[in-house]
Amino acid sequence: MFEQTRREFIKQSGSLLIGFSICSHLPEELLAAGGDLPGSLSDHPLLDSWLEVNADGSVTIFSGKIEMGQGIGTALIQIVAEELDMRVERVRVMAGDTSRTPDEGGTGGSRSVKNSGSALRSAAAEARQFLLQLAAEQLGLPLSQLEVDDGTIRPRGKKTPSLSYGRLFGGRRFQRVATGKASVKDFRDYRLVGKSVPRIDLPDKVAGRSAYIQDMRLPKMLHARVVRPPNYWSRLESLREKSVLAMPGVVQIVRDGSFLAVVAKREEQAVDASVVLRKNAQWNGEAQFDLSNGFFPYYENLPFREMPVKHWGNVASSFEGSSRVIESTFRRPYQSHGSPGPSCGIAQMKDGFLTVWTHSQNAYDLRLELTHLLGMPKEKMRVIHKDGPGCYGHNGADDAGADAALIASRLPGFPIRVQWSRQEEFQWAPFGKAAVIRLKAGIGSDGKVRAWQGRIISDTRNERPGGGGEVICAWHLASPIPFVASIGNTLGPARNGVPLYSFPNLDVKVHSVKGPLRVSSLRSLGAYANVFAIESFMDELAQVAEMDPVQFRLNQLEDPRAREVIRRVATASQWGKKKRVGLGWGLAFACYNDTGAYTAMAAQVQVEKQTGRVKVLRVIAAVDAGLVINPDGVRNQMEGGIIQSASWTLKEEVKFGPEGVKTQDWEDYPILGFEEVPEVEIILVNRPDQPAVGVGEVAQGPAAAAISNAIYDAIGVRVYDLPFTSINVKKALERTS
Amino acid sequence: MSENIVLNINGQKRKVENNSDVSLLLVLRNDLKLNGPKFGCGLGQCGFCTVFLDEVPVRSCVTSLSEVQGREITTLEGLSEGEELHPVQQAFLEEQAAQCGYCTNGMIMMGKALLDRNPNPSEEEIRLALAGNLCRCATHLRIIKAIKRAAREVSGDV
Repeated sequence: MFEQTRREFIKQSGSLLIGFSICSHLPEELLAAGGDLPGSLSDHPLLDSWLEVNADGSVTIFSGKIEMGQGIGTALIQIVAEELDMRVERVRVMAGDTSRTPDEGGTGGSRSVKNSGSALRSAAAEARQFLLQLAAEQLGLPLSQLEVDDGTIRPRGKKTPSLSYGRLFGGRRFQRVATGKASVKDFRDYRLVGKSVPRIDLPDKVAGRSAYIQDMRLPKMLHARVVRPPNYWSRLESLREKSVLAMPGVVQIVRDGSFLAVVAKREEQAVDASVVLRKNAQWNGEAQFDLSNGFFPYYENLPFREMPVKHWGNVASSFEGSSRVIESTFRRPYQSHGSPGPSCGIAQMKDGFLTVWTHSQNAYDLRLELTHLLGMPKEKMRVIHKDGPGCYGHNGADDAGADAALIASRLPGFPIRVQWSRQEEFQWAPFGKAAVIRLKAGIGSDGKVRAWQGRIISDTRNERPGGGGEVICAWHLASPIPFVASIGNTLGPARNGVPLYSFPNLDVKVHSVKGPLRVSSLRSLGAYANVFAIESFMDELAQVAEMDPVQFRLNQLEDPRAREVIRRVATASQWGKKKRVGLGWGLAFACYNDTGAYTAMAAQVQVEKQTGRVKVLRVIAAVDAGLVINPDGVRNQMEGGIIQSASWTLKEEVKFGPEGVKTQDWEDYPILGFEEVPEVEIILVNRPDQPAVGVGEVAQGPAAAAISNAIYDAIGVRVYDLPFTSINVKKALERTS
Repeated sequence: MSENIVLNINGQKRKVENNSDVSLLLVLRNDLKLNGPKFGCGLGQCGFCTVFLDEVPVRSCVTSLSEVQGREITTLEGLSEGEELHPVQQAFLEEQAAQCGYCTNGMIMMGKALLDRNPNPSEEEIRLALAGNLCRCATHLRIIKAIKRAAREVSGDV
């Protein structure tokens, strides 16, 4: 009855003074009230969840979206400083702390600007309106006569009387639910949004000040190293501990089932002890797969579950009525995140309360995972984000955090620091998923695609922490929290599996398989392989239709924003101009995750036919990500996305067999280096009237496809298998000749 | 066995007590609490841990404490003078030449070493000088620009 009344009250008034509890679960009626609010504000409608005015007049903003080198902290500050009419220097950001910041899920999917940015914009606009009303009352002036200058409210055009945000409201709580009714600034009045504000986190990083989780040094901190099995399938059979316990500095060996770690006073002591411990451990267990015919023949013949993605029209009958039908198969191997710094986690158990520091993308879900691992309620845990080395998806950060938490739970009182080795990061962090993409299309007499069929064979498991059994140490416990083979999440492999072109008949399905390796999200998920396949295939189709690839695309693409980015890139690359022997240009397009940024790209490559060696010389990209918050931030993400994708596309492939993952270091896993990096030109199509969307994951697919098409343009041979190493290019050349 | 060892580091004498076969990187980070040099691979492959030994860049993760006694060690922290950054560091900020920033130490150190021996490097010379350093976020082009900018600053040709 009471609930009913409150709910009605909220709906009528739109705001309500309530008791201050930011972090506990919100009552259902508040969630209902938040229903129509922008971005993550709908899940966290309290203004206090998002921002706080400090006594000195500065403002602290709270976000669930963490910094991982993509510049999100700076972008969020710009958005809030804009709405509050303050300098960026007076706004600070706190992100990913389960005791204070809103749970916005993980940081990824190019969703941070969209979800956290729009929530903060709306919350800041509402806070500004509230502060102005308060000032109007205190100053005895009509609201319409007031203005804000760097956080000080005063009569328009006059210096006095004035009230700073700090004097007016410093240290107080809003205790209000957002209404979403305060109007946000018109984009034509922006002075901070749209400017290339320098990254707030870089000065410390460039000067070598403490900036990363690896730089944390807590009093009494002990160093731990985990000794992992040789592969996923092995279990600890026997162990000789004595000689290790006698080694200098060794405090404890933590063993639980097959989980084995050593804790020492100093880091080098932990490293030395772990080497001896590994020698003293016997493991057994065998892999249950056979790759003697190669990986892809194995992978393509795994049992699968068919999952529909999109279907319209009648594909089968349309193939029959097509003048030409062609089919191609594209392949992507498992690829590594290759985080530049191996993962690190720090944890401390004190008086039954666990604190964990992590560079995970999702502090909240790691905490949830730890409830399963440790059997502790989440109220007894705090997980805090600290910046880490480059993060391009779900790397070893959560696992290292869980390792530290598990060890800390056995050694109460001591902060435990777990530092992974390079080998551990390569062998145990989840991999980017392999994929085999079979495409079939029928072309009509009008030179357009009449029917399109896509079959995406890929791992659909996603080991994001939260559900239990999704951190490595959990599998190895004496009572393991099982590694659940949850086939059935199409989200990743299906991403960008459906082309944006207006094809009258279409049928796309995922064939969900359980491959041999641990997999999870790597930047752009399935979009990388899907866009590579679709846009390579579009060039093949254009050739069958005897049309220029750009014209072929534009003939079947209605969206004006899509057409614009393609047109821009075609112009900038002087598309269709005569070229030199051995050099080729290729073009590709995608709209990321169907509703995100529009990206078109042209790549120029040089191919040596004798060696099969491919060099990417130049890439020109046009991106329309709606309203651009920070142009240099967008450029940085685009440049990095393109070059990283060029590295995946030309070089990267994880090597493994029944004995385990063979890729152990950078010699086994070469990435693109300075002497190979192409020139990159970014064209920003700013559309301030369109919602801002992220760009962290938009470049990967188009870059791969543009390179693929450029290779074809250079040598007249299509390479279907990633990566485009000399071996794969030569194989393709031999097949054709 | 643990020994008392005096190191010449960033112009100061610092005493440490450790084994002579311990890697210089761990000593710098843990005993001397310096954050500039980073642990990236421990194999001398990535360059994140680069420091100068008598002005020559070395990979501190594969350099033992015994190799550095009596020599002048300079870390990233030793490049700046108080709050004033070295021109190469400043140029990295001006060009926003980082994403995660984990490789930045190595890039700045190699960039400074290059400019010390060649104040006016061509782009090719810059690429060659950095060829042994990895950047996974792929900010290579910005790093090259930053070193070009620092070269202009150092030579007064702004």
